[in-house]
Amino acid sequence: MLHRPLAALVAVLLALALAACAGDDGGETTAASPAASSAAAETTSAPPAFPVTVEGDNGPVTLEEEPDAIVSLSATATETLFAIGAGDQVIAVDDQSNYPAEAPVSDLSGFQPNVEAIAGYEPDLVVAAYDPGGLVEGLETLGIPVLLQDAAPDLPGAYDQIRTLGAATGRVRQATSLAAEMETEIAELAEVASGSGATVYHELGPDFFTATSETFIGSVYTLLGLVNIADAAAAADAGGYPQLSAEYILSESPDLIVLSDTKCCDQTAATVAKRPGWGQVTAVVNGDIVEADDDIASRWGLRTVEFVEQIAVAVQHLGAG
Amino acid sequence: MASAGGIRKLLAPRPERAPRGVPLRWVLTACVFVLTATLLGLALGPVDLGLAAVGREVLSHFPFLGVESSFSPTQDAILWELRAPRIALGLLVGAMLASAGAAYQGVFRNPLADPYLLGAAAGAGLGATVVIAYDVGGSGGADLRPVAAFVGATLGVGIAYLLGRSVGGRQTTTLILAGVTVAAFLTAVQTYVQQSSAETVQEVYSWILGQLETSGWTDVLIVLPYVALSSIVLLWHRRLLDVLAVGDDEASSLGVPVARVRLLVVAAATLGTAAAVAFSGLIAFVGIIVPHAVRLLVGTSYRLVLPLSLAFGAGFLVLMDLVARTVVAPAQLPIGVVTAFLGAPFFAFVLRTTRTVGP
Repeated sequence: MLHRPLAALVAVLLALALAACAGDDGGETTAASPAASSAAAETTSAPPAFPVTVEGDNGPVTLEEEPDAIVSLSATATETLFAIGAGDQVIAVDDQSNYPAEAPVSDLSGFQPNVEAIAGYEPDLVVAAYDPGGLVEGLETLGIPVLLQDAAPDLPGAYDQIRTLGAATGRVRQATSLAAEMETEIAELAEVASGSGATVYHELGPDFFTATSETFIGSVYTLLGLVNIADAAAAADAGGYPQLSAEYILSESPDLIVLSDTKCCDQTAATVAKRPGWGQVTAVVNGDIVEADDDIASRWGLRTVEFVEQIAVAVQHLGAG
Repeated sequence: MASAGGIRKLLAPRPERAPRGVPLRWVLTACVFVLTATLLGLALGPVDLGLAAVGREVLSHFPFLGVESSFSPTQDAILWELRAPRIALGLLVGAMLASAGAAYQGVFRNPLADPYLLGAAAGAGLGATVVIAYDVGGSGGADLRPVAAFVGATLGVGIAYLLGRSVGGRQTTTLILAGVTVAAFLTAVQTYVQQSSAETVQEVYSWILGQLETSGWTDVLIVLPYVALSSIVLLWHRRLLDVLAVGDDEASSLGVPVARVRLLVVAAATLGTAAAVAFSGLIAFVGIIVPHAVRLLVGTSYRLVLPLSLAFGAGFLVLMDLVARTVVAPAQLPIGVVTAFLGAPFFAFVLRTTRTVGP
């Protein structure tokens, strides 16, 4: 009983690795799933249509022709743009966009955007994940199309954003097939690795800020059948990111701890075990602590698959000692 | 004994108008308040350990009582490794902020003075923000945060003091203005650093609003000597603060070395405050409302105000922290929000009730 799910997981991981290799050359995928190839086939026949109107979180955005001077203020969108083959159309990305390496990093900020500085790049499309200080309005006044893509609420929202970026950049086929591939891979991982009610604590920082099931990352845990201990505190923060008390975490004694503060704050399984009182926590006792990549865990792009994979492996290991 | 007799002889000619020590009833009230706050803090929290179980657990640590604890290792850890050090830190920080506030109000003869008046808060804020934003020393600056806040606070007050002295004059107003100037400048730098590193704003912000979460007993043991030393110096000067209250010139004519007393009290209060904010962040309002509430209860003599502010400050902060960690449980609030939100109406209540009772 114990070995069958493990074997199935290994099979899925192998398939993923193959799919990833095949995806690298940017050509047709070698049909890791029927859904992906059929979606791709449908769209190859469709002519690349500009002008096009896509739906952003700021409403419909119309692009008269294929953009070739894109400014991305969203680290997630930057990853997606390069993955769908629109990297050549990107002229500048914000200071948080650290992936992929070839992205043209600038000192533009997505958190405190300076409309003038962005306009200085003369972009024909700006993609943003936040709209602080009238960013969208300011750029629209200047006649620059802005596509706002807030943090996706869940995985389907993330797939939608990828397809939207594809439509906006004339990369419909690549975007659709990558989104479908991601969807299939995650669905397969979810099927094999079911947490079946095990509890999880997702750590955003060593001061116990966490994410509830309302958030994108929380929806991943729900998908994998994990129970998020942060949900009891959902009322404390409308945005889904409450600060828990250490007492509560200890008393809940989560089965799985996921650290997404490994880069920002140098947290590791070892530092968690050394915290006062944490030695008793189930996840610490059983060694079920996932050291996630802060960047991947705080974005909602294609690399989410890597995160889901990491969690799926950990779920399989749960309680195994 | 001989020396005590000598002192008594020396003091004998002076008429004794007011009682020399703190009246017994206030000593008892303060003790009961601090003890109640501590026990409530231990017994209550986001996790329900059960009042009786906590009592048994505490008693089981006393020998010869034969009380058995019913606690699991996790409950034990929650009580002794999370709650207890947090309460101990709350007692120390509360005592420090309230007594430093009372002392500042005394040396500056300014009812609005608080421990942050001379740039301690701005300096500590800048120090902490720099290590958080630039990730100095790893762990998001967590390891060096207390040191940076401590250095920032003492530097802030030091610069303000030197600036005030260089301007000249023995007026306390000069010193306060120097403090305001330095604080404004340091706050501007702090805000710049904070804004230039947007991804750490959350962390900086939650530090500034204050929290008593400890990383165990080590934090408490580091703060303890500073608070002890500072409190001793402040309590030692409580009579001189009464003399200062009549004015610098009058105090000088009575033989009080005004400048030296002021420097010593400010230095002691700053040292203690810096150690407190290094771990707790900037907890607002405690340094003002606690001494004033005490004054409304017992009068303005620093012989009473200082020791009672120390005691009531300790208990007050533990109670405020109890609210901070239970009201939105299992989440928690920054304690600075609670001290201001509950402290202000509480102070208004004290103000009103004493007005109607008093003359």
